[in-house]
Amino acid sequence: MIAPGEPKLSWHASGRARLQRLAALVRKETYQLFRDPSAIAIGIVMPVLLILMFGFALSLDVKNVPVAVVLENPSPTTAELASGFVLSPYFDTRELTSMPSAEQLLLQQKVDGIVRIRSDFARQLNSGNGQAQILVYGTDANRARIIEAYAQGAIAQFQARRAAEGYAAPSGGAAVVQSRMWFNEADDSHYFLVPGLIVLIMTLIGAFLTTLVMAREWERGTLEALFVTPVRAGEIVISKMIPYFVLGMMGLALCIFAAKFLFEVPFRGSVLLLTGVSTLYLLVALAIGLLISSLTKSQFVASMATLIITFLPALFLSGFLFDLRSMPAAIRVLSYALPARYYVNLLQTLFLAGNIWSVVLPDAAVLAGMAAALLALARAVTTKRLA
Amino acid sequence: MFEALLRIVALIRKELLAILSDPRSRVSLFLPPVLQCLIFGYAATYDLNNVPYAVLDQDRSAASHDLLAALDGSGVFRRAAQLYNVADIKSVIDEQKALLVIQIGQDFQRRLEAGLPADVEVIADGRNSNTAGTALGYVDAIVDGFNADWAANHGAAAPPLQVTMRAWYNANLETRWFMIPALIGTLTFLQTLLLTAMSVAREREQGTFDQLLVTPFRPFEIMIGKALPSVLIGLIQATLILLVAQLWFRIPFTGSYLTLYAGLLLFLLAAVGMGLMLSAVVSTMQQAMLYAFVIMMPFALLSGLTTPLSNMPEIFQNATLINPLRYAIDIAHRVYLEGAGLPQLVPDLWPMAIIAAVTLSSAAWLFRGGLE
Amino acid sequence: MSMQPHGGVAVLGRHVRKTFRRETGETVVALDDLSLEVPHGGLAALVGPDGAGKTTLIRLIAGLMPLDAGTLVVNGTDIARDPQRVQDRIAYMPQRFGLYEDLTVRENLDLYASLHGISDEERRRRYPELFQMTDLAPFTGRLAGHLSGGMKQKLGLACTLIGAPELLLLDEPTVGVDPLSRRELWEIIARLVREQNLSVLLSTSYLDEAERCDQVFVLREGKLLASGPPGEVTALAAGRSFEAEPQAGEPARNLQSRLLDEPAIIDAVPEAGRVHLVSAQNGKSAAPEQSAAALAGLSIIPVPARFEDGFMVLLRQQSGAAGKSLAAPPLSPEPAARSDETIITVHDLVRKFGTFTAVDRVSFEVHRGEIFGLLGPNGAGKTTTFRMLCGLLSATAGTLRVAGFDLRRARASARQHIGYVAQKFSLYGQLTVADNLEFFASAYGLRGRRKRERVAWALTQFELEPLMRLPSGQLPGGYKQRLAMATALLHSPDILFLDEPTSGADPLARREFWRRITQFAEQRVTVVVTTHFMEEAEYCDRVAILDGGRMLAVGTPAEVRGLAAAAGPDRATMEDAFIAIVERAREHRMDASP
Repeated sequence: MIAPGEPKLSWHASGRARLQRLAALVRKETYQLFRDPSAIAIGIVMPVLLILMFGFALSLDVKNVPVAVVLENPSPTTAELASGFVLSPYFDTRELTSMPSAEQLLLQQKVDGIVRIRSDFARQLNSGNGQAQILVYGTDANRARIIEAYAQGAIAQFQARRAAEGYAAPSGGAAVVQSRMWFNEADDSHYFLVPGLIVLIMTLIGAFLTTLVMAREWERGTLEALFVTPVRAGEIVISKMIPYFVLGMMGLALCIFAAKFLFEVPFRGSVLLLTGVSTLYLLVALAIGLLISSLTKSQFVASMATLIITFLPALFLSGFLFDLRSMPAAIRVLSYALPARYYVNLLQTLFLAGNIWSVVLPDAAVLAGMAAALLALARAVTTKRLA
Repeated sequence: MFEALLRIVALIRKELLAILSDPRSRVSLFLPPVLQCLIFGYAATYDLNNVPYAVLDQDRSAASHDLLAALDGSGVFRRAAQLYNVADIKSVIDEQKALLVIQIGQDFQRRLEAGLPADVEVIADGRNSNTAGTALGYVDAIVDGFNADWAANHGAAAPPLQVTMRAWYNANLETRWFMIPALIGTLTFLQTLLLTAMSVAREREQGTFDQLLVTPFRPFEIMIGKALPSVLIGLIQATLILLVAQLWFRIPFTGSYLTLYAGLLLFLLAAVGMGLMLSAVVSTMQQAMLYAFVIMMPFALLSGLTTPLSNMPEIFQNATLINPLRYAIDIAHRVYLEGAGLPQLVPDLWPMAIIAAVTLSSAAWLFRGGLE
Repeated sequence: MSMQPHGGVAVLGRHVRKTFRRETGETVVALDDLSLEVPHGGLAALVGPDGAGKTTLIRLIAGLMPLDAGTLVVNGTDIARDPQRVQDRIAYMPQRFGLYEDLTVRENLDLYASLHGISDEERRRRYPELFQMTDLAPFTGRLAGHLSGGMKQKLGLACTLIGAPELLLLDEPTVGVDPLSRRELWEIIARLVREQNLSVLLSTSYLDEAERCDQVFVLREGKLLASGPPGEVTALAAGRSFEAEPQAGEPARNLQSRLLDEPAIIDAVPEAGRVHLVSAQNGKSAAPEQSAAALAGLSIIPVPARFEDGFMVLLRQQSGAAGKSLAAPPLSPEPAARSDETIITVHDLVRKFGTFTAVDRVSFEVHRGEIFGLLGPNGAGKTTTFRMLCGLLSATAGTLRVAGFDLRRARASARQHIGYVAQKFSLYGQLTVADNLEFFASAYGLRGRRKRERVAWALTQFELEPLMRLPSGQLPGGYKQRLAMATALLHSPDILFLDEPTSGADPLARREFWRRITQFAEQRVTVVVTTHFMEEAEYCDRVAILDGGRMLAVGTPAEVRGLAAAAGPDRATMEDAFIAIVERAREHRMDASP
């Protein structure tokens, strides 16, 4: 059974042997990936769940807000004001005649706002001193602010209409804001939620799933025998990345497909560029996952650490939901160290704005640098040595 | 019965000892909620305070200057660039040098003086349309203020209709006031779910579960002994977050602590029940952790924490009815910000009681089944 | 230094030193100035008590750890300079091989074949050979995780052999493997050495295995005590080995227990109803019956020395009494009256998992105060039976009465009367020794003065007092087992269940363990134990042998040996008897099935 030593050695050294070893390891990782129910849960079930939730359930667009319009003394004028609310797509109006019953509704969370038109409204309006009171349920501040803005809009329209009909003298010159929202003319929150979703899924597959693989081998003691073979440490690292890289790219394809056909989010950049920057981010995520995995050598500790280091920041500190510029300086500085920040920016730009090189190049360069550094580090900490 | 009680007490003591005797596990239980509360308190906000904007002022008049001064003085906007050419707008927005570009036409002051409407064009970067929308709202408010000042200074008639705005419970409309009370529920949910699922999984993995099962413990006694320490730890974590909210973020607490804790207790029982259900079906800590995470994600996302429940389609809104976190967040808001009492919370309390009853009894059932 | 790969030295170590740093900061010396020469070709064994440094040495040779000092040359290559070159040409089977349990047998083998660069053509030639050798051919499509312990070891061996290594390193290859599989593994290894001139270096805690090797290295606390052919070690005990016949009615284990307390006796083990002992002095100068009071009036015959005897002599020589630091209060010399009260009744016990019948109509009885052994190959249904007896698993059919309670109905009440020690240490590692005892005492309903008394008893009896504030997870191995036993005995149970308590323990620890068990049996505690060490069956009053879920034999060790005597030689060991019984039953089954 013993083969002569020297020829065998040169065979190992050749590139073909290297490729054969790599292929065998990749095959092994792939089998393990698809036979592990928790990997399926994280790598396949979870992304689909996230796509459905982000696409259908989560939305920051305020529509059909239940409001009470209190007309203490209904008249044609107040009816006209109320109709502005009734006809608005943003409001679901209930007309009442007394304030206490409206407040009761607000307390019971049956309505989110009250528009109060007092009994002497018509008279005072004619004397140029009309008063309308808007009361919103302020607990959810973001939503309350949007409701306020819409309510103000409805009232402004009423004023303009009256002015045009000549009821009131022109109120003198006033600056009028003509706003335009570039890249998202429809003001649809899916436009930024769905690209953000890609970051979460890539982080999940890239970092969270791979963080288990090296630690699993340490825990199950499968590395010891593996080390005493011609396999090189670098081959072990690369073989662990390839299947998860492919899975991550499949996740990306699924997201792009869902974004385009399910949620109809526009895509204005180049798919090639998107694939390129996603590759970079995925490499960063994989390297972080493997790095944590190799350092902790425990699946449990590794997954906890990865959750805290990659997933939660991707959700909260990447600018995907919350504006980074408004955070305190310390957190802003911290966010520069997080790869998710650059990837979110790249995704939102490529999806909605297009190939804006002045954004794409610097962000991609940072990701490339991070990928290179982290991969080198992941390779360096993987040695064929028992600690 | 008395014997059973003594055994349960011994088990609770052992659980607490195991959790609290190790300094590392103490730190890992109580530091993350506080840190997360601090970081999310600062990071998870939809409020803006540092919006870079660019100006293309073609009028360069006293009026345009006043308007810009109002923007600069708002504390929200920061002038990042001065443009001289319409063609520059695109690159400023594209390259994210500014979130908004304010363009003032060259006849701005003339039109105002002539009593005509004078347009202020605002172009927003809609890549995050929520941020852009909020910024535009701020601009609207500032322009309104500018108009009022202009009218007052130039003796023009005020607009015939004045609108007064008031927000209940959160007068300054700060997202933080919304987020942090919600974190009391969210952070303790994750921790108790994980802690409970893990404490049983750890025993299984380390073989101590068998050792426990050969003692006279009955399955339901083990369940109670596992549930109560988690509830207790959850209450301590909730208290820590509550302290951060009041002492650090200075968010005024308007309700009754008793009411809040009553709601939290019910909520934690529901969460622990879910953790026990999970623990009955997993065999390792790693599985417990992964599945807890898989369960946690939809529960957290569909709780009203990041996006309002009322924005969801009906089918998802109905799905959230089984989500204890949804009720816990509502209770936290209503007690903390609104000062609601128990009677007003009944619509939140009974669904949680049902969830707790269902999860705890299914856990007991799974537990017994799992032992065969 | 020989640089030739063949006919020379396989492993050459000079002044090897390796230390580890504990979590507490102290430095532990694993190997201290160790020099050794493993010749090329043939079998070499590393033996020694736990903590001797066997595993560390093997890992160093495999290039898995850096040396602190010294040199280690493997097949002519300095391991420190080019570990990869060594790893390309040797094979290593760690204690726990770490097969990929979610891959099939074939996939595991394919992986290692590819890593070693074996071509398809070569595989076609070599796979049948390996499968035939390991009997794995029918299971190629099965997941490795679903194999029995013995089959896993064989698959691990196949994976290490696929690369046609020049040197094979095996770290405790037969731990947790039943006698049958152990014998098969040894046959494979012996064949490889014979037919292919392979060099094998293995570590083992079975001293009979060391005896079969060409070369042994005895290690202790990181130092080499002796090296050479096993005969040289055996010769140390020449003229010192005897066998003593206990008085009629006294179990051999009681005599053995008393003998161990005698300063003039180095070692004693029960064997075939007698006690095999090693005298501290050479037989010529002083007959043991004169120096040991316990032997007075007994018939004593000199017997040929064994490797184990020499090993014990060697350990004793090197470190005075440390060779038998056994601490247990002496036993009363008069044997306790044996009662016929039945404490466990198992009748037609059946347990099915789906369609698979793990335990098939098993019946036996255990009497109060007996030590009852459950023996069987891996997958025989031992563990399943054991778990049902402890109430951890419910029976599919049959009667199961423990301590007077029907386990199918009054499980919780029965538990008050049993103590259970799991195979793996299973107490709360993060709690201190005292906290663990405290908790389990409460769990068993002890309180007040009785609880304090029992906890104090446990601490003294098992000599745990100095360590009572230490987290139990940080206890040294032997103390962990003591604590586990202390916990199981807190509530003074009638029956003590022990699941493979000696698996992986060294010969010294095993003697200490049985010493205690003997003592508890004297106090009329019934002991039910499973084990893979057949010689340990000699400590039992009665043993049952299971295979394929069925009961093959039950009786006293002498009766069971007698069953095999027809097939084997007159003085068969328990291991021979076991193998004969199991094989005969398997042949029958094969004949019976169409």
